Amino acid sequence: MSAATPISLSPNDPVIDVRNLHTRFGLNVVHDDISLSVHPGEIFALVGGSGCGKSTLLRTILLLQQPASGSIRVFGREVLGLNDEQALPMRRRWGVMFERGALFSALTVTENVSMVLREHTALSADLIAEVAALKIALTGLPPDAGNKYPSELSGGMRKRAALARAIALDPELLFLDEPTAGLDPLSASGIDELVQSLRDALGLTIMLVTHDLDLLWRVADRVAVLGEGHILGMGTMTELSQMDHPIIREYFYGPRGRAASVQAGEASKTWKKK
Amino acid sequence: MKRATISDQGTARLVIETDRAFCSGVWTTRGIAPLEQQLELAAWPDSEELLFDCSALSALDTTGAWLLHRTIRTLEQRGRRVTITGLRPEFSALMQLIASSAMASKPPPQVPPNFVTRVGLQAWHGLQGLHDMLAFIGETAIILLRSLIQPRRIRWRPILHNLQSAGFEALPIVGLLSFLMGLVIAYQGADQLQRFGANVFIADLVGLSMLRELSPLMTAIIVAGRSGSAYAAQIGTMKVTEEIDALRTIGVGPTELLVLPKLLALVIALPLLTIYADITGILGGMIMANSKLDVGFDVFLDRLGDAVSLSSFLTGIGKAPVFAAIIALVGCYQGFKVTGSADSVGRQTTVSVVQSIFLVILADALFSIAFNWLKI
Repeated sequence: MSAATPISLSPNDPVIDVRNLHTRFGLNVVHDDISLSVHPGEIFALVGGSGCGKSTLLRTILLLQQPASGSIRVFGREVLGLNDEQALPMRRRWGVMFERGALFSALTVTENVSMVLREHTALSADLIAEVAALKIALTGLPPDAGNKYPSELSGGMRKRAALARAIALDPELLFLDEPTAGLDPLSASGIDELVQSLRDALGLTIMLVTHDLDLLWRVADRVAVLGEGHILGMGTMTELSQMDHPIIREYFYGPRGRAASVQAGEASKTWKKK
Repeated sequence: MKRATISDQGTARLVIETDRAFCSGVWTTRGIAPLEQQLELAAWPDSEELLFDCSALSALDTTGAWLLHRTIRTLEQRGRRVTITGLRPEFSALMQLIASSAMASKPPPQVPPNFVTRVGLQAWHGLQGLHDMLAFIGETAIILLRSLIQPRRIRWRPILHNLQSAGFEALPIVGLLSFLMGLVIAYQGADQLQRFGANVFIADLVGLSMLRELSPLMTAIIVAGRSGSAYAAQIGTMKVTEEIDALRTIGVGPTELLVLPKLLALVIALPLLTIYADITGILGGMIMANSKLDVGFDVFLDRLGDAVSLSSFLTGIGKAPVFAAIIALVGCYQGFKVTGSADSVGRQTTVSVVQSIFLVILADALFSIAFNWLKI
């Protein structure tokens, strides 16, 4: 199958399909036989304690890191072993928001967003500027933020700008690494709503890595808990919260976990009213 | 909600008839560029009412939706009434989202400052830079004095570390360049001296030019490029990652920890490097004199002792600590001037090298004038 051939995907095929993934750093085993799949239109979350390999898994799927063995299929196509040229069609179909934004510091926010469009489309400069402004507005940034440099933005605004860049090409698949880390509760709940509305409006599939239990309760359709190199549990938040594994229980029934779940119960009532 | 999950095949199409326009195909970022060009040239019918039939639209993303929104808005501004039909519910939800975001999306125009403002700003920034630099030198001087009064406060470990990185590790490059310089001066002078039969004066030529001027200047320029830039980049990066702020909150003065050791180490290292450069430079000249002018090593050294007075040697060495202070202060100062981004680190590093080399040469010129005046 050549790089240019579009891959037909029936609506129920998983967008991401990870099979028997093993990753090692030296003697340190990070992933020991991990398998998971993400379905179209789903918001899938990876959780787990610090250093459990969530970010490594994300980086492996994004082709930034090579695993020891296993298979990863994205949009139905094996991605491991692809070179940069072969990976390009994939990379144009996904958007990534890094934990600390990773905005290009020499460019303004608008330039950060329009750069992606300029690189990958043949649109006119005017349309690119308009679409960039639109993406910036979609993420809830004020219009004047577009002319600012990343260093002039607050943490929350930087995250939004990074999100604007991630959705610049209207990706089918969006990766979010710690979308709410380091944000105040107000900004964080803004991101919650943003993620949800993006999925609903654009029909995105979203894979996110997070520690934020509120975010999990509010937006995640399915969650995988990583620990000790394995997937300890996978399912909806409600399913997970009934599992018996000690690490999962600790994760969800620590003092913060309980608070978030109570809050989520109340929130979902008000959500339904809306 | 379902966009085409099939990788987009087919293109975006728009067909205009007397009172309606048919949108069809895949209106997504990737394939929409031809349509955009077509829209610019589109001849819209004169009828007052227009119907957009979107029932054959198979995919729509934000770029496509924006293009549709923009087209319709432009038509409405020209006084036409536009109705859309056949839009799938998920597409019309997207259109609504676009319309509501579009209200907020116009960025305010940026007015570039006019000529007078630019000149004024430049002058103001220049003055501010001068003020900041003086303040920085003053602060460093105060902390230096305090450290000299209480030698316990001096941090020896970073000083030794800097001595190694800025001094010892510079030996090969300084030695090599100075050796070549001595070689070249002797080579260039050989012809002229031979013409007058003044072969032995090659020792005067090489000795005086290297010891008084070239060794100190060249060593300082190499060190400015090697270490001055490293100082600026290190402190600049620490500023970006808020390490400088962290130091302040811990109660450790960044000047005391970062600037002073570099300054002291360089003030010690640069004179030593200069002496080393003197030696290798003269060695280069000696080898060239031996091979081109038949002036043996013993004759050369004998003549060198007569030609070069102690004061010549000392004026050369005496300049080195001043050059060292310039390089260390400029490098650190530019590092502290970094603001927030990787781009700024690069810019200030460049500025630090250019500025310290400029100031070193300027200081050298002032030294020449002063020595001339004092008849040294």
